[in-house]
Amino acid sequence: MGVGIEVTNLNAWYGTNHTLQDINLNIPANHATALIGPSGCGKSTFVRCLNRMHETNPIARVTGTVRIGDLDIYNDCKPVEIRRRVGMVFQRPNPFPTMSIYDNVAAGLKLNGYSNHHVLDEIVERSLKNSALWDEVKDDLKKKSGASLSGGQQQRLCIARALAVDPEVLLMDEPASALDPVSTSKIEDLIFQLKSQYTIVIVTHNMQQAARVAEKTGFFLNGRMVEFDSTHKIFTNPSDKRTEDYITGRFG
Amino acid sequence: MTRIRFQQSLDELKEQLLVMAGLAEQAIQRAIEAYRVRDLSICDLVSRSELAINRLERDIDQAALDLLAMEQPMAIDLRFILSVIKINADLERVGDSAKAISDRVRNMEQMAIVDLPVDIPRMASLAADMVRKSLQSFIEGDAELARSVLAMDDAVDAMNRGAYKSLTEVMEQQGHLAPQALNALMICRALERVADHATNISEDVIFWVQGTDVRHHKSVTGGRDPHALA
Repeated sequence: MGVGIEVTNLNAWYGTNHTLQDINLNIPANHATALIGPSGCGKSTFVRCLNRMHETNPIARVTGTVRIGDLDIYNDCKPVEIRRRVGMVFQRPNPFPTMSIYDNVAAGLKLNGYSNHHVLDEIVERSLKNSALWDEVKDDLKKKSGASLSGGQQQRLCIARALAVDPEVLLMDEPASALDPVSTSKIEDLIFQLKSQYTIVIVTHNMQQAARVAEKTGFFLNGRMVEFDSTHKIFTNPSDKRTEDYITGRFG
Repeated sequence: MTRIRFQQSLDELKEQLLVMAGLAEQAIQRAIEAYRVRDLSICDLVSRSELAINRLERDIDQAALDLLAMEQPMAIDLRFILSVIKINADLERVGDSAKAISDRVRNMEQMAIVDLPVDIPRMASLAADMVRKSLQSFIEGDAELARSVLAMDDAVDAMNRGAYKSLTEVMEQQGHLAPQALNALMICRALERVADHATNISEDVIFWVQGTDVRHHKSVTGGRDPHALA
């Protein structure tokens, strides 16, 4: 099951560039939360702070507290432990190109020490079913490579790979921006199904997508969280003029 | 500013609705004037403007539908387009009410002008004032002016109730005046509907400008809107 995320006084830098400033936010468990804002506003940096990916850049720095469930991720554990609990899906699907579909999904499990084939088979099947890909690939699991799939299928394969290690949180950084409308629709349907089991945070430039899949939406601007509210409120009657100007296309 | 074409389209939609508003307001004023002076040539003008209003109603709905489909508007823009669609329908019905009044005037042509216990000119003036103010609130995006229109509706409703009571008494007690009383009653009813449409338009202006649903004196949150009328 998903867990809530509590962010307190989060600040992030790239070198001297103060990219996130005093972010305070409670992301509810088992809901989809969308983050919107113009390019460079800090929303991708923010999600990379939720799984300690930001600090993989040598000039990057983070201060503040991020609690995922009861875990203070910057003080209580190592980054590798976080990445098991927090899965991530990126803008462009990035399956391991030479691995089979099966091995793509099992890769994270094997890295975590799983070797029992029955267990692996079971988790791969469950993950592919949860990512709505099973019916399309079940006959070619070990015959076809991940790279042989269509873009939309590759993205769902990446979601299956993230789900295989049984995370509590799923971060999605523009997961459908490189996909056609049919594939996008499948990803959105998937998000809708998955949020009952996982806490989902999705960065998107597509505001209709945010409105369709998320219960909560946060608007970032210039490294700050301008407004965080129910998606309904944000898209029909936002409280902050800057939010309204952005979502109505008056800037951005 | 981005989405310049979209903003131009919204401006054009507003201008179209203002043309519609002008026609509807003119139609109701003409119908009232036709009653006052019993002039059938003015009734003809009302009938002709109703055709123009109906045509414009379809054009505005189509333009609004196109914007919803093509631009996926959000927030205040979405509320504006939804309000335009609803105000458009109310204006068309104001035109219908004007036509209904002018039909009564035609019906009364061969009847003697009699003194009835109802002040139709005053009621008409109040209803027309509500239409004028509601449209002014739309032009200026003035939610406070729109709220002032809501307060006027009770007076028109009260006048309509009073007219119903006094005119039915006339029909009961002075049967030979029943045709005139019936026509007057139907005109009062049409004016009361005009006032209701002005109220609806004002509620839509408030929704557009403030995002607050004050219909039936309730806010969207389900609680009582502190600005709504008692």
